[in-house]
Amino acid sequence: MTVDIGMPSRGTDGVPTLAEGEKLSKRDFTSDQEVRWCPGCGDYVILAAIQSFLPELGLKRENIVCISGIGCSSRFPYYLDTYGMHSIHGRAPAIATGLATSRPDLSVWVITGDGDALSIGGNHLIHALRRNVNLTILLFNNKIYGLTKGQYSPTSEVGKITKSTPLGSVDRPFNPVSLALGAEGTFVARTMDSDPKHLKSILRAAAAHRGTALVEIYQNCPIFNDGAFEILKDRDERAGRILHLTDGAPLRIGEGEHARVVVRTDAGNLAVVAESEADPARIVVHDAAADDPSQAFALSRLDDPAFTQVPMGIFRNVERPTYDDLVRSQLAAAAPDGPASDADLAALLRGNDAWDVADSLGRSSLK
Amino acid sequence: MSTSIHTLDKVVIRFAGDSGDGMQLTGDRFTSETALLGNDLSTLPNFPAEIRAPQGTLPGVSSFQLHFADHDVLTPGDAPDVLVAMNPAALRANLGDLPRGATIIVNGDEFSKRNLAKAGYAANPIEDDSLESWHVHSLPLTSITVEALTSFDLTRKDKERAKNMFALGLLLWMYTRPLVGTESFLKTKFSDQPEILAANLKALHAGHAYGETTEAFSVQYSVAPAPMPEGTYRNITGNLAMAYGMVAAAHRAHLPLVLGSYPITPASDLLHTLSRMKRFGVTTIQAEDEIAAIGSALGAAFGGALGATTTSGPGLALKSETIGLGVSLELPLLIIDVQRGGPSTGLPTKTEQADLLQAMFGRNGESPVAVVAPSTPSDCFAIALEAVRIATTYRTPVIVLSDGYLANGSEPWRLPAVDDLPDLSVEYATEPNDQDEQGNPVFHPYKRDLDTLARPWAVPGTAGLEHRVGGLEKADVTGNISYDPANHDRMVRLRADKIAGIAQSIPDLTVDDPSGEARLLLLGWGSTYGPCAAAARLVRATGARVAHAHLRHLNPFPRNLGEVLRSYDRVMLPEMNLGQLAMLLRSRYLVDVQSHTAVRGTPFTGAELAGAITEHLKEVDPQ
Repeated sequence: MTVDIGMPSRGTDGVPTLAEGEKLSKRDFTSDQEVRWCPGCGDYVILAAIQSFLPELGLKRENIVCISGIGCSSRFPYYLDTYGMHSIHGRAPAIATGLATSRPDLSVWVITGDGDALSIGGNHLIHALRRNVNLTILLFNNKIYGLTKGQYSPTSEVGKITKSTPLGSVDRPFNPVSLALGAEGTFVARTMDSDPKHLKSILRAAAAHRGTALVEIYQNCPIFNDGAFEILKDRDERAGRILHLTDGAPLRIGEGEHARVVVRTDAGNLAVVAESEADPARIVVHDAAADDPSQAFALSRLDDPAFTQVPMGIFRNVERPTYDDLVRSQLAAAAPDGPASDADLAALLRGNDAWDVADSLGRSSLK
Repeated sequence: MSTSIHTLDKVVIRFAGDSGDGMQLTGDRFTSETALLGNDLSTLPNFPAEIRAPQGTLPGVSSFQLHFADHDVLTPGDAPDVLVAMNPAALRANLGDLPRGATIIVNGDEFSKRNLAKAGYAANPIEDDSLESWHVHSLPLTSITVEALTSFDLTRKDKERAKNMFALGLLLWMYTRPLVGTESFLKTKFSDQPEILAANLKALHAGHAYGETTEAFSVQYSVAPAPMPEGTYRNITGNLAMAYGMVAAAHRAHLPLVLGSYPITPASDLLHTLSRMKRFGVTTIQAEDEIAAIGSALGAAFGGALGATTTSGPGLALKSETIGLGVSLELPLLIIDVQRGGPSTGLPTKTEQADLLQAMFGRNGESPVAVVAPSTPSDCFAIALEAVRIATTYRTPVIVLSDGYLANGSEPWRLPAVDDLPDLSVEYATEPNDQDEQGNPVFHPYKRDLDTLARPWAVPGTAGLEHRVGGLEKADVTGNISYDPANHDRMVRLRADKIAGIAQSIPDLTVDDPSGEARLLLLGWGSTYGPCAAAARLVRATGARVAHAHLRHLNPFPRNLGEVLRSYDRVMLPEMNLGQLAMLLRSRYLVDVQSHTAVRGTPFTGAELAGAITEHLKEVDPQ
């Protein structure tokens, strides 16, 4: 049985906020540790964006916790002046689940990478999404193992030549968005290191979401996979490739005569066609709040290795009770009179079959 | 007819049947009635790993052994005085443990050609003379039960199912036990199935009446209550005592208990029990795997909760890396390992003590943790409190080594008063603990308590103490990342010294030597306590001398252990492994400890150990 403890609806509900008039700045979230990423790493931009975004939440700094796994991106907590844990490879979602479940007053952020989240930690990622724990998971996807110096990752494209795949990799990559939607994630979005404004808008929506928010962030590794997303950063190329996911708007790439749109085909799947050739009735309007995840999933399948079209934004954003709220609700229902007393504990220990031994002769009586 | 009542000082009964025959329940109920009567007792269930192994076969046999007496009982009994065998397979699987002259009660209905063949009998042992060394009672338990239930509107199968209650009723009559506890147990269990309830009650009473009215049994037995210290008692298994100990420890620490766990035999009952403890603020997270289970516990510990995980050997192996992280983070963490036979999947339902070295060393790097082990089922309660005391005081993972024998075995437990339980209150850090170079107050997460070497437990939500922890090596005091060689050497030694320093807070090892002149020390750890104590008693009864000591703290050891070991001419150490503690003691104290080992999945018997002691005494203490 559960009780209604007034289920919170926003991601940060229950987290203490700053006093009226009190404000934090980017500086307050910058730790005294020297940042040790390679020059030009996309992580710098993401760090700066997050440090300047966090004050916007108006939360007490001490109630924000950042938990990471292992990898380049997972050094993140050291540079953010909040509570933080740099844990072990792949396990951050599991550790964060324990923390978020036992501490409703914390805003819990998980920082992970493509290797950390999708290879060694794949199991924890899908189960966090399945449970819908109130966490924000930022998955930095650079499509390579950086910290171990350049092996292919579970998001590297087929044929990728790396130190460990001299003849090209033969295993198919995961699409992190498809994977998260397959695990029935309630908030799944994609953004990019080179567009801090878009990144912050996604962070804003992710933080507001109650439940597991999975944000894939395309991130460039200048050392081992430089230029992986270059074509999406080129001013001319970008416009004709990025499919902005705007809730309630038709799904359109580019403007004017070269504009393309997403249509639903006779077979029921999605396709991208020139707008000039599209039947207006078949143009798909984005609905991130749709309970059925199939359209969001179909959108994620529009990806191709050549980046012909790349959906960016929020694929899915639906409400579903969170694991941690439900667990706490069961606990609250079991203890309507507050914390257990010594007498409650004594009664538990005694059980139903206790007997008294009155004296050393061992005469007993049924209790 | 009249029966005579013979008085016995102790009885060992083994109930055995197909795993679907309800023998565990029958044994449990007989145990409860016996406990209520005031006998001291000890139990040992033994069941297959398969939930429903093929019916009637040897692998499907499940048994429950109970030893009860008018004096203190140390083990579930070396050999049964009475075997109740519900089918040929149960007879065949258990006959080897039965001394000549023991009593055998079999369900004759089940000794069909087909069942005999399944059990590997060429001829019916009840009809030939192969059992002439035992007192055999063959009773048609199934058909009498069905007949007793003629008037019930139940299927034949349901009626047959009540035959364990008939057998229980008969045994309760034989040993002059009351029925009242079982009646009320059945009323609760079948409260929403009135017809099944009535049938079970009827079968129970029919079994009792059968003993009273037929001439099959001419003798009843009684066993007087055992003298026990004044107090309130209950019967308890090790797993239940452990779960209650965890709840009590959290209560006394004023911390919420957060259990991350993954189902694994024989530890799952800990998860089951704790999942019902929400009233006590206990959160249970059934994680996606063993790694996530301990990960969620560690995450909760970072947040200031009492984080705990429960598992068995293969699960402990999976948790190794996270335990190492716990060593680096220096956070309290409780890890319960209910050991079972290994390696790999091994013997899931059988007992063993072979995870000791895994608990001590099964991690990368120098990664010391505290290790403790309960000695009896009821000691699981006390050891949980002790483990939590160590974990919270020293901010360290603590591994508790229970095992299948302790977990499922039971004994009477004298209830402690809640007030008498140790106060385990903890203090979180609330303010800066150091100054920077300019004299400003700062918080240094790795600045240690000078007595315990523990670092402060500063939990998220505490303003001004924001800090980062992780698995990378820390700089001493500040906790910043450090690759400095001298710092690493210092930190490795500090972590080792912290664990070694726990010895300052644990009691000296006490030795039981009534003669005061023994030259042989019998040393045990974990669940061998009962068999060791029983063996010492047997040996002393012959007039020989043997000292007995038992270790509950395995890392660190009690401070006086080396002195104790060196004060005897010989040390004998029984272990259900190939000598793991012996290896530790030999390397640590340079004492030529003599191992006595067996890994059969069952506990040692007292007689077996007494025999081994006697052999040693011939060499070191001939009298």
